[in-house]
Amino acid sequence: MTAVATSISRFYDSSIGKKILIALTGIVLVGFVIGHMIGNLLIFAGRDAINEYGHFLHTVGHGMGVWVARVVIFGSIILHVILTVQITKKNRASREQRYGVTHKDASSAASRTMILSGLTLLAFFIYHILHFTARAFNDYDTYKTMLHGEQVHDVYKMVIAGFSWAPASIFYIIAMVLLCTHLSHGVASMFQTLGLSNSKTRPLFQAIAGGFAAIILIGNCSIPIAIWLCGYGR
Amino acid sequence: MSLLNLTLKVWRQSSANAAGRFQDIEARDIPDHASFLEMMDIVNERLISKGEEPIAFDHDCREGICGMCSMVINGRPHGPEKTTTTCQLHMRKFKSGDTIYVEPFRAKSFPVIKDLAVDRSSFDEIQRAGGFVTVRTGSAIDANALPIGKEIADAAMDAAECIGCGACVAACPNASAMLFVSAKAGQLNSLPQGQPEKTRRTLGMVREMDAQGFGNCSNHYECEAACPKDISVDWISKLNRDYLCSAVVEKEAVAGGGGD
Repeated sequence: MTAVATSISRFYDSSIGKKILIALTGIVLVGFVIGHMIGNLLIFAGRDAINEYGHFLHTVGHGMGVWVARVVIFGSIILHVILTVQITKKNRASREQRYGVTHKDASSAASRTMILSGLTLLAFFIYHILHFTARAFNDYDTYKTMLHGEQVHDVYKMVIAGFSWAPASIFYIIAMVLLCTHLSHGVASMFQTLGLSNSKTRPLFQAIAGGFAAIILIGNCSIPIAIWLCGYGR
Repeated sequence: MSLLNLTLKVWRQSSANAAGRFQDIEARDIPDHASFLEMMDIVNERLISKGEEPIAFDHDCREGICGMCSMVINGRPHGPEKTTTTCQLHMRKFKSGDTIYVEPFRAKSFPVIKDLAVDRSSFDEIQRAGGFVTVRTGSAIDANALPIGKEIADAAMDAAECIGCGACVAACPNASAMLFVSAKAGQLNSLPQGQPEKTRRTLGMVREMDAQGFGNCSNHYECEAACPKDISVDWISKLNRDYLCSAVVEKEAVAGGGGD
C-alpha cells in the first residue's frame, strides 16, 4: 500500500478516526434534515408552492442535481450506519461481564439509545423512500397536475393521501421523536468529536442541539398532524 | 462515633476465568469514621478468624493519590462521593441498615485477578506507547530558559492530576479509556517539552488504546462524573483534535522519513 492508503486505513481503523467520520457524515445528514423540513413545510403554502418545489428538485442541473444529492445523502447514511454499528459492536465486546448494579450520573437516555434510535430511523428511511420517492405499492405515480402549462407530479396530493392513512402518520411521528432524541445527542457530540468544544462552550452546544432537535420535531410532525388529525387538505 | 450494621453484597471470583457471584456478608458494628477500605479490612479480619477466604482488593497509599484502590460501590466507581477515591470514602456516608453492592471495575481490558482486584496493566501498555517525553539525560536546563505560559502550565497540571486508577473505564457504558488516554497525552501535548513527539505520541497511544480492547467514546461523560481527580472531558475534545491533526501530519512523517 502507498503511504497515503496506509494513513487512510489506519485512520479508519482507529476509534477516533471512525468517530470523526461519523461526525462528518452526521453534518451532511443534519444539512439534509434541515433542507428536507423547510422544503416540506411548503405544503402549508399551497398546492402550487410544493409542486413547484418538487419540480425544481427534479429539474435542477438538468435533472442531475437530485442525483448528486441522493448519492451524497445515501453515501453518508451508509457510512454513518456501518461505522456506528462497528463501534457499537466493539463497545459491547469491551465489557463482557455486566455490572450487578448500575448508576447513571451524567449520560442521558438519548445518549444511551443512539444505536436503537439510529437503526429505527434507518428502517423508517427505507420505508419513507419506498413510500414517497420510489412510490412502491401505491398509485402515487399517477398523480399529475398542471403547473405553468406543464404537466408535473402532484406532490401535494401525494402527501395528503400518504398522511391520511393513520399507520403512515403514526410511524412518521414515532420516527420524528426518535430523530429528535438522536439529534439532541448527536449534534452536541459532533462538536466534541471534532475537538471543537470545551467546558465553556459545551453547555451552549448542548442547548443548540436540543433546540435544533425540537425545531425539527415540531416542524416535521406539524405535517402529518395537520393532515391526519386536523384534516388539512382533505 | 456510632456503629453501623450493613449488608454487603460482594463480588467473589476465585480467578480470572472462574465464574463469579455476589456473596452476602453481614458487616456489623462498623465504626462510622472508618474508611471504606478499613471497613473491608474489618470484614476480612472476621472472615479470616472464621477460617474463610478474605476478600481480595487493591489498595496502597490510602491517601487518594496512588490510583491503586478501585471497586464499584453501588454502581459507581469509588462510591457515591464526588472526586473521592475509595480509600478516602468514609462509612459516615452510609446509614445503618444499608445494603452495599461492591463489584470490581468491569472491562475486558481490566481482567479480574481475584474478587475485586483487576489487572490494569493495559494502562501501562498505553503509557509505554507514547505517554512520556524523551529527554537528554544530564544537567537540568537553566531556570526560565524554557518559558511556559501560566494557562498552559495550569492546564497541564490539571491533566497531570490523573492517577490512572481506571474509574473512567469502569464508569463508561462503553468501557472506553478516552479520559485516561486524553489526560496522559494532553498533559504532554500541552507543554513545550512534549511538542517534538506530539504526533508519534498521539497516534501511538490511541493505537495502543484500541489494541488493548477498550471501547469507543460516545460522549456519555460518565467518566468525568466518576473521576476522583475531576479530569475534564475537555481533554477528550483536545485528544480528538490532536488525533485529527496528527493523522494528517503522519503522512508527511512517513514520506519524509521522520521528524514528528
